[in-house]
Amino acid sequence: MPSPDQNTVPEKSVLIIGGGISGITAAVEAAETGCRVYLVEKLPYLGGQVARINEYFPKLCPPYCGLEINFKRIRNNSGIEVLTSSMVEEISGIPGNFKVRVQTAPEYVTPDCTACGDCAVVCPVETDDPFNHGMTRRKAIALPHELAYPVRFHIDDKVCTKDSCKKCVAACKYDAIHLGANAQTREFKVTTVILSTGWKSYDPENLTEFSWGNSADILTNVMMERLGAPNGPTEGKILKPSDQQPARKIAFIQCAGSRDENHLPYCSAVCCSASLKQAIYFTRQDKENKADIYYIDLRVSGRNEDFLNRVEDNDQIRLIKGKVISVDLDENRPVIEAEDILSGRKIRADYDLVVLATGIVPEIPGIPVTLLDQDGFIIKESLENGFSAGGCCCEPKDVAATVQESTGLVLNVLKGNA
Amino acid sequence: MAESKNIGIFICTGCQIGDAIDTAKLRSIAEQTSSVRHCTEHTFLCSAESRQQITEDIRKHQLDSLVIAACSPRHAVANFAFDKVLTERVNLREGVAWTMEHGNEDTQMAAEDYLRMGIARTETSGLPDPYLLENPVSDILVIGGGISGMQAAIEAASAGCQVLLVEKENDLGGWLNHWHDIIPVSGGKQTNLNFFLQEKMDEIKSLTGIKVLCNTTVSSISGEPGRFSIEVNQQGKITDHRAGSIILANGWKPYDVTRLKELKYSDRQNIITQAELETMAQSGSITRPSDGSPPKNILFIQCAGSRDKEHLPYCSNVCCLTSLKQAQYIRNQHPETNVFIVYKDIRTPGKNEHYYREVQADSRIFFTKGEVTEIADNVDDSMAITVSDNLLGEPIRITADLVVAATGMVPNQSDDLNLQYRKGTGLPEWKYGFPDSHFICFPYETQRTGIYAAGAVRTPQGIQACMEDAAGAVLKAIQCIESVKRGQAVHPRSGDESYPILSLQRCTDCKRCTEECPFGSYDETEKGTPLPNPARCRRCGICMGSCPERIINFEDYSIHAISSMIKSIPIPDEFEEKPRILAFICENDAYPAFDLAAQHRLKISPYVRIIPVRCIGSINTIWLSDALSQGYDGILQIGCKPGEDYQCHFITGSELMEIRSENIQETLQTMMLEPERIQTVFLEIDEYLRIPEIIDDYMETIEEIGPNPFKDM
Repeated sequence: MPSPDQNTVPEKSVLIIGGGISGITAAVEAAETGCRVYLVEKLPYLGGQVARINEYFPKLCPPYCGLEINFKRIRNNSGIEVLTSSMVEEISGIPGNFKVRVQTAPEYVTPDCTACGDCAVVCPVETDDPFNHGMTRRKAIALPHELAYPVRFHIDDKVCTKDSCKKCVAACKYDAIHLGANAQTREFKVTTVILSTGWKSYDPENLTEFSWGNSADILTNVMMERLGAPNGPTEGKILKPSDQQPARKIAFIQCAGSRDENHLPYCSAVCCSASLKQAIYFTRQDKENKADIYYIDLRVSGRNEDFLNRVEDNDQIRLIKGKVISVDLDENRPVIEAEDILSGRKIRADYDLVVLATGIVPEIPGIPVTLLDQDGFIIKESLENGFSAGGCCCEPKDVAATVQESTGLVLNVLKGNA
Repeated sequence: MAESKNIGIFICTGCQIGDAIDTAKLRSIAEQTSSVRHCTEHTFLCSAESRQQITEDIRKHQLDSLVIAACSPRHAVANFAFDKVLTERVNLREGVAWTMEHGNEDTQMAAEDYLRMGIARTETSGLPDPYLLENPVSDILVIGGGISGMQAAIEAASAGCQVLLVEKENDLGGWLNHWHDIIPVSGGKQTNLNFFLQEKMDEIKSLTGIKVLCNTTVSSISGEPGRFSIEVNQQGKITDHRAGSIILANGWKPYDVTRLKELKYSDRQNIITQAELETMAQSGSITRPSDGSPPKNILFIQCAGSRDKEHLPYCSNVCCLTSLKQAQYIRNQHPETNVFIVYKDIRTPGKNEHYYREVQADSRIFFTKGEVTEIADNVDDSMAITVSDNLLGEPIRITADLVVAATGMVPNQSDDLNLQYRKGTGLPEWKYGFPDSHFICFPYETQRTGIYAAGAVRTPQGIQACMEDAAGAVLKAIQCIESVKRGQAVHPRSGDESYPILSLQRCTDCKRCTEECPFGSYDETEKGTPLPNPARCRRCGICMGSCPERIINFEDYSIHAISSMIKSIPIPDEFEEKPRILAFICENDAYPAFDLAAQHRLKISPYVRIIPVRCIGSINTIWLSDALSQGYDGILQIGCKPGEDYQCHFITGSELMEIRSENIQETLQTMMLEPERIQTVFLEIDEYLRIPEIIDDYMETIEEIGPNPFKDM
């Protein structure tokens, strides 16, 4: 498909904001139906939250598998233009004829990058790797993660010393590094807009009762995903971050912030299944490993029930209905105080790791408050004509439900309105 | 099949390829090949200038085929795509330079072999000529007029499609006709059921593209996407229709409450189901069936049949919310009545939590976690219900004069499609009778191309989710028609224009292809001769792998092409002590895993020669015997995980490979070879760290059993 010039509106075209699984799905489904797609993502790679997940529930399969197929669909489809490290600055016009202005961060590494990696070898600057939630270090120039799409190295300009170093520039045989690059603005026209801005984890800083920040062995569930991942900080071996010794006993605290008027009043829908999954892959690593899951209700949806049965049948995992009152430290070891509601007993137990099943908070950059509900999620019905939204920016949901919803959103592009 | 070719070979020396190997030797191999018209190398082949140069060379040397010996075919895809030119990628970067020792003789041999294999494949392949239907139809057939079907019709018509909506009952509406009200959507537009249903009916009437046939069933569907022939039966009147794609939205039924023996539903008048309570509420008054009196205490039994290995092992997703809603009906009608909800877990995910909280605030609605262990009958037709495993420790007894069983959702049979397919009238059923296969990443992946299940028949879900699901299914239905019109495959090989071509004069009617195709794309004559329906095909090549006569081939992926690759390389004799392992690896997951291993510069034995395959189910046994008679010492087949949690993108490909391994062992026996000569490995995409070990272990096995005796024959 030839790239249209910025003044014409392709007949059926869509701006998709957010390149997580929701936006990726909408993009490939739209393009394969014959629409022209602009997929805008603020990070330097597509895949959003799912790229960092170790395994999906209930199949315990790697998200890279589905992402690879989707990236292949993108690679093979000239109707999709992917704009990473980019933010939408303005959308003006009317449905059927929206003018979009997108700003792309300075492209220090150009598409000429072959991902050979010579630059990272010579780069002297190290920084926390955001892909691993800061649990590892990376070079200032690095491939954001193994399956990063686009396959292109990226410079963290907050730490790169640029002109005073330039080692990467010298190392690059393909003249793909331009440290003097500037931000670029692009304008194009589309008929419709889809918002798929996704979610972030509830900030554990708010969870003072769980001693957040006092021990490296108190983690959030998203950090746990990285600890379990073969491409994570420990090649998938679940070690205590404090001393790199194998974790043998883990507590999962469900609804850490969710279903709680003081934090998130809603249910985040995926944390129960996520913790069950993490408990399974943790106990699978060693038959001595033990996991306790403290929950209010076990909310495992639909056909994932047998996934819960698997956990119930696993004698390495205990399900404890009860509220965790506090997490304290005893000689740097996390200790949980909780109430077992079914037995009425108080529990005091120490663990190698405590995993806080923190909930889903909508990512809603630049979206007017009038379009949001009491919890900050986008109200789909409040969106103007020509706009639609899907995925976790509208409601907490799992990958299957997100993909289902995002596929249907594409119909709005075909209808010519939303 | 290929006539004489004009091949251009372009070798990249960048990204360490030039350091690892002597590309001049590669050029001389190219120059000795008669079909090669042009060969050149470049230090940066994926650059814009190189692309310009290749474009000029194509014109100048009238090249019809290219061999790009550079990085993995997963990279720089657009850079090396040229219109109407067959392009074969030889992976010298990840496959050689990044995984093998530089400047080593074995590394050089690997690179040379890969080039030979690339040339051999190019010489024996052609550009696919897409399968185009004459006058494809864009209409959509929707089966089922409940909320999912109505919404599907509305969505499709609003997107400009002509829709035939078929409903077996007298009216559209399905279950909604029997319900009192709908579950409120938090943050959404508040509405009531009558208004909601009327709105849907009006929309269907107002849209010009929808034709509704009530009292109608589908008596037969044949054909393929873009040209399905449909026969419907409207109370005996048979009519014929055409459609490009189909949406199955035939809904669900409540789990049969009489199977819950302990409830004694048939004997106890005052036990009703959620569905019956809806009808009761709709008709005006909620009363005890035994005497028509207003109930004082009503008890809901959640998960009546759901989350129960003896009954429905899954959670039906909507029963908790339905009971909350019904508790509110009761409380609105009978302010003095107490409602008890006995549950395992209250499942009100997401924003529904607000609704749960609202209902919890009602002081006469009591939530009791526990299990109903006994129901005793009282003389006044009320019941004493014992709830154990509750939060109080001791079993408690609640007297209720009406008990409501929250029975779950059972999908209706997809046989309603009446497909005249060789592989059955319905959609293949997966877990618990639901027809969708890959329900995480690709919920609309269907095993019957062009037919999409939507609503409660696909997965247990409520109204809101059903409507979203209908939209998703419609999009896929339209997309399928659009793809068929272009002669292209749908997911996962979206855009592929190749399709299987059968040389039927050599067919022995063994029926393996028609049996093994996971997508039911083949029909059969009475004799058993396959009747291909290329628009149903997903281009996995499993039929090609299944065919003992080797009569099924794709233009760009054929028995001959892969055999030529296998035979194109010199096999060192026994005394050189350079074993050769052939590895067929699935291009979907295993191939990217090998690329990731290369990205980490993990070392892989230079004795292995890799051939990517569309699916390990597409491996034909002839390739194995070709390789073994050629002198390869062993063969690895690396694919995706089979089984219940399968990861095969063609659903049954890796499973079939397991089944076929029996035949393969027979082949080995006939050749008097050890069973270890062929080994199958399942590898997930993120398991790249395992790769060196897998290869090394296999090399050791081969070392133990010794070289292939066919080597020097």
